[in-house]
Amino acid sequence: MTDMSVNKRAAILSFILLFAGLLLWEAVIPGQKAAGELTEYERLTGGGAQKAGVPPPSQVLEKAWEQLSDPFYDAGPNDKGIGIQIGYSIYRVLAGYFLAALIAIPLGFLIGMSPVAYKALNPFIQVLRPISPLAWMPLALFIIQDSETSAIFVIFICSIWPMLINTAFGVAGVRKDWVNVARTHELGALRTAFMVILPAAAPTIVTGMRISIGIAWLVIVAAEMLVGGTGIGYYVWNEWNNLDLTSVIFSILMIGVVGMALDAMFGVLQRFVVYSE
Amino acid sequence: MSTAFLSVERLSQRYPDGAGGQTTIFENASFGIEKGEFVVILGHSGCGKSTIMNILAGLAEATEGVVIMDGKEVSGPSLDRGVVFQNYSLLPWLSALKNVTFAVAARYPDWSKDQVLTHSKKHLEMVGLSADVFNRKPSQLSGGMRQRVSIARAFSISPKLLLLDEPFGALDALTRGTIQDELLKVWAGTNQTVFMITHDIDEAILLADRILLMTNGPFARVAESVEITIPRPRNRIEIVEHPNYYAIRNHLVQFLGKHSKELAGPTDAAENRPATVRIDKTAPAVRAPSRLAV
Ligand SMILES: Nc1ncnc2c1ncn2[C@@H]1O[C@H](COP(=O)(O)OP(=O)(O)OP(=O)(O)O)[C@@H](O)[C@H]1O
Ligand SMILES: [Mg+2]
Repeated sequence: MTDMSVNKRAAILSFILLFAGLLLWEAVIPGQKAAGELTEYERLTGGGAQKAGVPPPSQVLEKAWEQLSDPFYDAGPNDKGIGIQIGYSIYRVLAGYFLAALIAIPLGFLIGMSPVAYKALNPFIQVLRPISPLAWMPLALFIIQDSETSAIFVIFICSIWPMLINTAFGVAGVRKDWVNVARTHELGALRTAFMVILPAAAPTIVTGMRISIGIAWLVIVAAEMLVGGTGIGYYVWNEWNNLDLTSVIFSILMIGVVGMALDAMFGVLQRFVVYSE
Repeated sequence: MSTAFLSVERLSQRYPDGAGGQTTIFENASFGIEKGEFVVILGHSGCGKSTIMNILAGLAEATEGVVIMDGKEVSGPSLDRGVVFQNYSLLPWLSALKNVTFAVAARYPDWSKDQVLTHSKKHLEMVGLSADVFNRKPSQLSGGMRQRVSIARAFSISPKLLLLDEPFGALDALTRGTIQDELLKVWAGTNQTVFMITHDIDEAILLADRILLMTNGPFARVAESVEITIPRPRNRIEIVEHPNYYAIRNHLVQFLGKHSKELAGPTDAAENRPATVRIDKTAPAVRAPSRLAV
């Protein structure tokens, strides 16, 4: 054991934990009775329905296999494959997110470079930032009159702040000596921005982008529960209404997996821009 | 106006002292530097050496006075004045080579990529760096290597004036020695004018044609200009055997240990020009060190 790498040992431990967890889960769920086996009393008190509602992991795995083997089927508005639902959610997240980045990063640059802009915009940022993105929803629905665009707007508004603040912070914190290197080499404003300030602030900016994508993915599920129609958030809510808890648990897991993948993408980007002094 | 290549005229720097008043760092400082000269400035911490250098570089503005280089007043930084800072001269996200090429490309915008590359590599090799470190990031280089890259970059753009702010301050004595040798070697092949700050008396004697001595602040001034009457090429080991070496060294130690404090404080003079001090034991008539009237 001692000459095994830390990574290997951690992986083995992870698998043991996973296995033990699933086993425990399977064990504590009482065996399900088919509807026919329920006593009259159980049916009347609803006890049967509750028990049948919490599925053991074996059923969830079965569901996962079934869903993932055909993720893109489309059988009408209330019956779409998990792939299609996640696709909708990712599309909304990315649309809102990139719109936010398009505004937050240049604006953050400006705020970081200019103390006047920073002081002038700071009160607005401080007031707008703590507002729960879902609080914007009614206003967005009223003004935009379109649930799809409103969801994208909510993503936009929730992902803009971490990017804006981190960009401003990163740009303002660029070491004076590096800016002086640019100045003594007569680099000009644009080249200084792209050759010195952007790479210097990039790790902070990407951290902001990473926080934003995480928040956006958290918010989209809630937003889709509200606006309905399509998306993973709607799917969860819909399956809950169908009392299909196996699907609910499966989609919860999928939300986690997609969130992890989005985060990992930014992790790669972060490794790419990081530097050590 | 004097006819020196670089002439500093009645330069003063004052900062608000935080209590509504002003602190004068230095006042009416005037001195000149000739083309091709290697001038080192010595003085206690806080007397304003870096401040003077930043003004020469155009990175800071003096409260009063002007700096004239090659007949033109210095205003703002320029490729004509290269700077090596004590730390953080290199951009940490660029490789050693890229840290040089971006400067060369900025200096010679019409050069081809190949020309820029060849020129940059040549200068990195000149300071004793081998090709296998060219692609390393500064964080993967030792402190000494980093300063070599900084020096290579500074020489690669052949500025009219090269400004060095304690370039070896963070290095250990052994590394310092070898890099001083590299610097001397690279400098000898050029007609580069250099203005350098250091805290190290031996380093100053080894490198300089002339040492400017500053009194303590506030109201610091450049009190003396000591000629280093030791012929070049110099060498760290042989230089100590020259008859002038210890005489000059003693004079500098005396100044920094005693006179810098005694001479401190404001003067009434409208202009504080350094007194020229020439110590030469090899001259036919042995004279005592002559300090001209301040
Ligand atoms: N922006 C500023 N505001 C107020 N005082 C300043 C400012 N910059 C420098 N000073 C003061 O000016 C004086 C000279 O600073 P400077 O950095 O030039 O010293 P130095 O001679 O280079 O010292 P060292 O040898 O330690 O590097 C110091 O007393 C410092 O406190
Ligand atoms: Mg200094």
